[in-house]
Amino acid sequence: MKKWIAAWNILLKDVRTYYLKPPNISWGIIFPLAWTGMFLIRSGSGLDSIPALLPGLMAISILFGTTSMMAVTVTFEKKNSSFDRLLLAPISFDLLMLAKTSGAIFFGMINAVIPVLLASFISDIRVASWPLLILAVFLIATVSTFLGLLIAIAVREVFEAQTLSNFFRFPMIFLCGLFLPVSKLPIFIRPLSYILPLTYGVDTMRGLITGGNFMPITLSFAVLTAFCIIIFGLNKHFIKKRWIT
Amino acid sequence: MDKDNMDIIVSNLSKSFQAVKAVDDISFEVKTGELFGFLGPNGAGKTTTIRMITGLSKPDSGTIITAGIDCSHNPKAAQHLIGVVPDESNLYPELTGFQNLCFCASLYGMGKAEREQEARKLLQAFDLSKAADRKFGGYSKGMKRKLTIAAGIIHKPRVLFLDEPTTGIDVASARALRIMIKDLHKQGTTIFLTTHYIEEAERLCDRIAFIVSGKIVATDTVQNLLKHHEGKHFLQVTHQGRNADIAERLSASFAHLSFSFSKDNTFRVESSEPINITPLIMCLEELGIDVSEAKRITPSLEDVFVRITGLEADAMRKDKEKQGGAK
Repeated sequence: MKKWIAAWNILLKDVRTYYLKPPNISWGIIFPLAWTGMFLIRSGSGLDSIPALLPGLMAISILFGTTSMMAVTVTFEKKNSSFDRLLLAPISFDLLMLAKTSGAIFFGMINAVIPVLLASFISDIRVASWPLLILAVFLIATVSTFLGLLIAIAVREVFEAQTLSNFFRFPMIFLCGLFLPVSKLPIFIRPLSYILPLTYGVDTMRGLITGGNFMPITLSFAVLTAFCIIIFGLNKHFIKKRWIT
Repeated sequence: MDKDNMDIIVSNLSKSFQAVKAVDDISFEVKTGELFGFLGPNGAGKTTTIRMITGLSKPDSGTIITAGIDCSHNPKAAQHLIGVVPDESNLYPELTGFQNLCFCASLYGMGKAEREQEARKLLQAFDLSKAADRKFGGYSKGMKRKLTIAAGIIHKPRVLFLDEPTTGIDVASARALRIMIKDLHKQGTTIFLTTHYIEEAERLCDRIAFIVSGKIVATDTVQNLLKHHEGKHFLQVTHQGRNADIAERLSASFAHLSFSFSKDNTFRVESSEPINITPLIMCLEELGIDVSEAKRITPSLEDVFVRITGLEADAMRKDKEKQGGAK
């Protein structure tokens, strides 16, 4: 019970200190809006293309929201040594990591809701299964947040966190089937697509919103879950190795 | 050694950072309820030692037993029993003083009502009630140190680690903090205090360990450390101007005396016999040096530190000046 009090308060503190700040709220709204506009202009097919664009918009919003927040907030706390307080708390590394990442996961999910809300006003969105869509959003937010933590562990400065995040994010959005279906990518690039968690997330959401998935949804869920577990394990390993030096 | 009465037992602890041996095979014990001082210049290995004992750093070798729990392989095992006040005031700048204390208490599993009550009590005790709703980022250095100490004790730890608690704050705040540390000690908290202020260690600590270049060179009570100077005589001479030959000439002329020179136009004379001042002053006048003061002094812990470590007390003073610390 005592450990859960600690974990819950870490989450509450992060929400109060970082996620409910006006710049982050505006980021959560403006960023998906900007991507929506960009995609609409690029596709040139008007409002009819919204359902096809939606999975990509949601994925990008989650990816950028979670990795930015996680990488920057953790790096900031490491930089001013306040993260040491959390490392000194009598809770396990697993629980600490879950507490610390849950705020970003939630933030990422909220980021995904905004494109859905906007799209539902201007287009006819039909989702095959809302619970499965929520699960897909949750898994993408979780895996992206864990990637953000991995970036935070690798860097010392906040600006380094942003740079390294982009190093991962931009190739990922080009290779995960957002702009071009994976099946149309050059054959030698496709293996790269299959090692990116976002590929499975986008395909799952595409399947649930337009029915255009090329992999079975259950397989995508399994792969996303595996990514979450593997990256969580990597985070734990590197936290112990790099922060408990 | 009665292990039951020990709150910290450190054996053969070592830690290197690349080629630098930060802590070199140190061993010591801290008794339950004791205020133990860890005294040494900057870079001596004080903070590294605290980080290893508290689980923030992994030792290369050695064992650590805190409050009877072997933490050598599981650094988290005793974290519920310890409180840590780091050398930097590392609370959350965006949270208020009250929120910071409540958050720190929650990390130790304290319920809402209990942590709010404790936070208010500590804010009052530390004279910070009026600043309770101000953001920590806007606090003065002294207020930050006070709140950081409050955050370290809010969960009533059995063992408290204080890393340079008075460094970089004004004289009045430093004095207030020392009183708080004494009060905590009186209440029975075991305190591990690192400092490079010799006078602070002398005033507060039951026992002191001197650490230099990662090695402990002496551990004893202040009284026992001072015994090394029993029966010795000390003279402090303050002069105007400086002659390059002064050390050589004095040592040659007064072979039975030993001299230690500071850069602030003072030097100390040590002897096992009473010191005759007149010939000394005449010699200095012959060298064209005006003596403005010559006084007999009682040996302090600083003298013991200089003798044992071979470090000039100047090295410690420089640390103080660099950090704008209070005496």
